[in-house]
Amino acid sequence: MKQITYSELKGNSGAFYTLAAILAVFMLSALACAFYMEHHGHHVTGMSNQIVWGTPHVFAIFLIVAASGALNVASIGSVFGKPLYKPLGRLSGLLAIALLVGGLVVLVLDLGRPDRLIVAMTHYNFKSIFAWNIFLYVGFMLIVAVYLWLQMERRMNRHAKKAGLVAFVWRLVLTTGTGSIFGFLVAREAYDSAIMAPLFVAMSFSFGLAVYILILLAAYRGSERDIGDTVIRKLSRLLGVFVAAVLYFTAVQHLASLYAAEHIGVERFILMDGGIYTLLFWLGQVVVGGILPMILVFRPPTAGSSRNAVLASILVIVGGFAQVYVIVIGGQAYPLDLFPGMEVSSSFQDGMISGYAPSLPEIGLGLGGVALAGLIVLFGLKLLRFLPVSLANAAIDPHHK
Amino acid sequence: MSDKSGFDPKRRSFLGAMAAAAGVTLAPGVILYGISRSSPATAKAAGAEASSAVRWGMLIDLGRCDNGCDDCVSACAEENGLRGFGRPETDAQWIRKVEIKNPQTGNSKSLPVMCQHCEDPPCVDVCPTGASFKRADGIVLVNKHTCIGCRYCMMACPYKARSFVHEALEDQKPHAPRGKGTVESCTLCVHRIDDNRQPACVEACSDTGGGAMLFGDLNDPDSEISRRVAKYASQQIRADLGLNPGIRYRNL
Repeated sequence: MKQITYSELKGNSGAFYTLAAILAVFMLSALACAFYMEHHGHHVTGMSNQIVWGTPHVFAIFLIVAASGALNVASIGSVFGKPLYKPLGRLSGLLAIALLVGGLVVLVLDLGRPDRLIVAMTHYNFKSIFAWNIFLYVGFMLIVAVYLWLQMERRMNRHAKKAGLVAFVWRLVLTTGTGSIFGFLVAREAYDSAIMAPLFVAMSFSFGLAVYILILLAAYRGSERDIGDTVIRKLSRLLGVFVAAVLYFTAVQHLASLYAAEHIGVERFILMDGGIYTLLFWLGQVVVGGILPMILVFRPPTAGSSRNAVLASILVIVGGFAQVYVIVIGGQAYPLDLFPGMEVSSSFQDGMISGYAPSLPEIGLGLGGVALAGLIVLFGLKLLRFLPVSLANAAIDPHHK
Repeated sequence: MSDKSGFDPKRRSFLGAMAAAAGVTLAPGVILYGISRSSPATAKAAGAEASSAVRWGMLIDLGRCDNGCDDCVSACAEENGLRGFGRPETDAQWIRKVEIKNPQTGNSKSLPVMCQHCEDPPCVDVCPTGASFKRADGIVLVNKHTCIGCRYCMMACPYKARSFVHEALEDQKPHAPRGKGTVESCTLCVHRIDDNRQPACVEACSDTGGGAMLFGDLNDPDSEISRRVAKYASQQIRADLGLNPGIRYRNL
């Protein structure tokens, strides 16, 4: 293994500060959006007593799921001992923490009473998977921080593998927890399935790597460092595999559900006549987020080019948002079935498909979480040595001639 | 719709042990733990803890529940100070009339649906802070001081029984505190029950409605409700979920 040299980003260019300023504006807008929502109450959002989790949850869940997945690159390097991935590990840890913080901030600011965060930190119902998740999230950040330190402190490098293993297992548990937030909802037909956990794990692999590839390439292009096609080819092929895994679990999820006559209604809604949700499922998740990226990364003539890697990553992220939107909002839009087999109506929208349109404050809050994650990464890269000076083929590939 | 009236004695004794442990832990600051077990069939003494010897419940006879009658709904709104803002999607509803029709036979019915006060409430299981809780006497409530407004209970409730307070409220009733940004639902008029009175919906139904609602202690074999559920078949909504709701229906 060749010696890898890491360095901070200079971070003194106009482009760096412009990007930081744009992200800061988004973050401040998000605070304004959150304040507006809390001040007026959630009736100013698209949410209702039927769609109780709206667009902020879509952003938060995407970010949290992507956070655990972003750590995979480090795990592949230190846990599975692939030398090519070792130099990529530090950025992987930074990105994992940044995305998680971004997601959690959105989640907290969307609470009905974000001022009671201290209550959430001091009162626990240990039967609640939400309460477990609080520990899983905080634990994840601590473990990844230690893992990063062990990777970055040369004298401690020999312990990095153990920490990496703990972090890897922890992240699997964490995403299992996130998926099970939905999987444990026995009364909701669109959820209520153990497959939500592995589905979310697969989603995390895919979304996290897509974000990783984009940030890696942006950082190297922006700082004019070398990055060879070996890294890009490896990462994009891996992305293709993860995308296939998401499609596989999605197929199993819907096939299993379709087999039970009682779930035909909700499946028909998502897959056939659910309007925006059906469109987002087939066009957004399956075509844009699934088939197209796989063609881009696997089709021989151009597979492995950085252009294709970027495009595939963007498509995976777009498709990923569509998928989370369909799961979170589509799953709630379909009414609860209190009286199986009956036609139902009431003044409380029983038996009705609920309408939902994302409101500006919700979108603003969600984008603020993305911007916060971006700012953490940006200043992390400027302050500490996360990035190898070069990822050119000769610098990282022991077999390169 | 199948029926479930039994409970798991092991689980009950485990919960009892847990409650006893909690009682012992809290004893130095709490008075009269002993009183809570004193009078199972009646309301508790003022200041005493709720007793697990009581299981408050309701039997609603759909044979007596008129399609067009919503006296229970208006009585609840009046009692608990629920006023809508003309926004049906976000306005709170603690009890609602649901019309159901069997598409195969054309048979239709109307019934009130509110918090079903489950023995194993999913809302309590999922609540991260423990704000959603079940009182010893089976009443499921929200602690308005520790609800953070995460709305996970609303995702978990099979009965769509809970509402999120979507906007600021004024002129609240002192006995029914509510707050923007928190979740709420039917309290079974716990303030009335603790005052030895019937829930407002039950009272209204018997005064001006069809007298379809019967409230009482399901644990007391001599109570009217226990006698009726023993004599006549009754159903629970989504009994298949095994939550054993305290609200039962006849002629559903």
